[in-house]
Amino acid sequence: MSKTPPTPAHKFPREHYLNATYGIRSWLLTTDHKRIALLYLASVTFFFFIGGLFATMIRIHLLTPGGALVTPETYNKLFTMHGVAMIFFFLIPSIPAVLGNFLIPLMIGAKDLAFPKINLLSWYIYVIGGSFVLYSFSTGGLDTGWTFYTPLSSVYSNSAVTPAVIGIFINGFSSILTGLNFIVTIHTMRAPGMTWFRLPLFVWAHYATSLVMILGTPVVAITLLLAGLERMFHLGFFNPAMGGDPILFQHLFWFYSHPAVYIMILPSMGVISEIIPTFARKPIFGYSFIAGSSIAIAVIGFLVWAHHMFVTGESTYAALTFSFLSYLVAIPSAVKVFNWTSTLYKGSISWDTPMIYALGFIGLFLIGGLTGLFLACLGLDIHIHDTYFVVAHFHYIMVGGAVMGYVGALHFWWPKITGRLYPELLSRLAAVILFVGFNLTFFPQFILGYMGMPRRYHTYPPEFQVLNVLSTAGASVLALGYLLPMIYLVWSMRYGKVAGPNPWPATGLEWKTDSPPPTENFHVTPEVTWEPYDYKNRPDLGLGAPPLAPAHGDD
Amino acid sequence: MHRTGELYGQFQTLEQQKESATLGMWVFLVTEVLFFGGLFMAYTINRHAFSTAFGAGSNTLDIRLGGFNTVVLIMSSLTMAMAVWSAQVGKKKLVSLFLIATLGLGTVFLGVKVIEYKQKFDHHLVPGHGFDMRYRTQNPAPTDDPREIATEKEELDKAFAADPYINAHGQLYFSLYFGMTGLHALHMIVGAGLLVWLIKGSFSGRFTPQYNTPVEIVGLYWHFVDIVWIYLFPLLYLIDRHR
Repeated sequence: MSKTPPTPAHKFPREHYLNATYGIRSWLLTTDHKRIALLYLASVTFFFFIGGLFATMIRIHLLTPGGALVTPETYNKLFTMHGVAMIFFFLIPSIPAVLGNFLIPLMIGAKDLAFPKINLLSWYIYVIGGSFVLYSFSTGGLDTGWTFYTPLSSVYSNSAVTPAVIGIFINGFSSILTGLNFIVTIHTMRAPGMTWFRLPLFVWAHYATSLVMILGTPVVAITLLLAGLERMFHLGFFNPAMGGDPILFQHLFWFYSHPAVYIMILPSMGVISEIIPTFARKPIFGYSFIAGSSIAIAVIGFLVWAHHMFVTGESTYAALTFSFLSYLVAIPSAVKVFNWTSTLYKGSISWDTPMIYALGFIGLFLIGGLTGLFLACLGLDIHIHDTYFVVAHFHYIMVGGAVMGYVGALHFWWPKITGRLYPELLSRLAAVILFVGFNLTFFPQFILGYMGMPRRYHTYPPEFQVLNVLSTAGASVLALGYLLPMIYLVWSMRYGKVAGPNPWPATGLEWKTDSPPPTENFHVTPEVTWEPYDYKNRPDLGLGAPPLAPAHGDD
Repeated sequence: MHRTGELYGQFQTLEQQKESATLGMWVFLVTEVLFFGGLFMAYTINRHAFSTAFGAGSNTLDIRLGGFNTVVLIMSSLTMAMAVWSAQVGKKKLVSLFLIATLGLGTVFLGVKVIEYKQKFDHHLVPGHGFDMRYRTQNPAPTDDPREIATEKEELDKAFAADPYINAHGQLYFSLYFGMTGLHALHMIVGAGLLVWLIKGSFSGRFTPQYNTPVEIVGLYWHFVDIVWIYLFPLLYLIDRHR
């Protein structure tokens, strides 16, 4: 921020969406997308705590080779419930339902989403689904792995599978309705002048995410419903003892659950595409390629699911095809990384907190993505399949990628959501702690996996202990990295400095309105006359004249 | 968001509102295609693996009731389309009439479905411990046509010779039968609820040439549910009738 001229102190707006109405009813019956976003923020944070609690217990248990904390059966339940809480109830709704909900109407200049009541309905569906899952957790737990493979889940498991499956089935409709709402909103609710290629890349990313949500989620819904019916009424769809086919379950399950990875990572990529140009003070490099690569990831992402099944019985030709298609996804992902890097080139970079998260994302996503290629390789996958290498790989994508993006986004748009700034120095420190803690937790797991430590085991040979202790130590640092923002973000809601409409400054439409915005988002319907991320031609941002090109002869 | 007349506050114009509602319904129908798609996939795989059991299971269905229901549903699509048309040209009485006709035909379909389900229970063709493909031929009801029972017995004997595990594989067929027709019936019940809501609106003259979006998008939904049946009927009733 040092390069921007000092701005006059801002006044907090007198009327905004937070004080428009009062009382518990005004929240529980609201149709305001901004308030629903906050309802989601509270509920996904709750599930993040639950999932985090299980993760903590897993890491404490693995401190010693014999297992320090729980019985083997309980260990199975811990990693299953960690996965279910984190994937279905935190990662999938996190950025779309919290920040997408809050920002998409603001970014495209609309008063609300196209279907505000359906938006509220989807939150209630989430809560009902979540209640079923919590019921399962507290009455016997769940030990099938988050993948619910049959016939373990449908016949043999003695844990509370049925309520969990019902909960996830119900929760799926929350995701479907959110995706439907976003697609329709982006098509029909754009303000005058907001053409498709003026949309922020965050919106493009959410469009791609919504496509995955509406096309994938129904399939996993029906699949889990069938598995649940099989368990309740002894049907035989996926039970080999009755002629059914467990491989069919795996195909149907991964047809959703691989694209679900893109539900988690695409919105995060959208966040990074907003943060990078803002703090490099430069137009984003290759706008249309980044937008197109989001759609490409969504489309190709649907064609790679069987790479989860290389060792569970599929023909070599199918495996070869899915291996090749899995490599293809790397291309649009790499397009994004290269474009972000090119945006940074000769940018006027400032190290604000969201930027630290964004740069952290690029590094961690790079590692997570490249190790994904190792796993897509047929021969290598035989060696590292179901080891900690896989665990480390997907945590680099989901925690290093998706969660870094989510926390970065919370910091970037927190002034818009609450109207106040958080303490800058502390938040930078927290970002660094989070980055260090994350790497310390998960990098040793790559080595563990490569050396042969299988995932989902409650015990390991003594020679792996050093790396496991490192990982557990990292997890404690990581926990501190998550707790700090939770404390100072809440603190800032009351005591933070007043942010003003556009504290960074950034070019998006959402920064043109008050912070926090009024209930109807804009006092007058905005008309868009500028190109996206046009930091060079926006004197209203107060950035001053663009710096002269350096006098090197080499560019 | 406040509502002025039929225009909800988040929209600028009625056209925008209609475009959003229609697009929303189309997107929803896409999700429905994939929702049913999982079942169709399971059907395809198992039909390929256990064609004898699926053929034998299919032959136990009553093609007359199924055929009758197919006609009923196609008729209901016609009356639904007429209701949409009536709303578009502003014939308010016809809207109510055609909506009631659609609801009536939908109810007839569901009633026939109940009769069919009852038969399957009576014949021990519900997956579970009592399941037995031969139950009907071994315990014919006095009202059953002896010749029909004899043909069925002959066919079943052949099927048992070809697939000794037919009672296990037949359960897969009937699981899919109840799963697919049950899910379809659930959609019909939701559709019937929507029709009741529309009929209530049409009595108060809510639907005009300017504003008839609800009729139109419920129409889309109703046609979709009919189309699902158009696929279900041959897959469940007709696959082994060529002999």
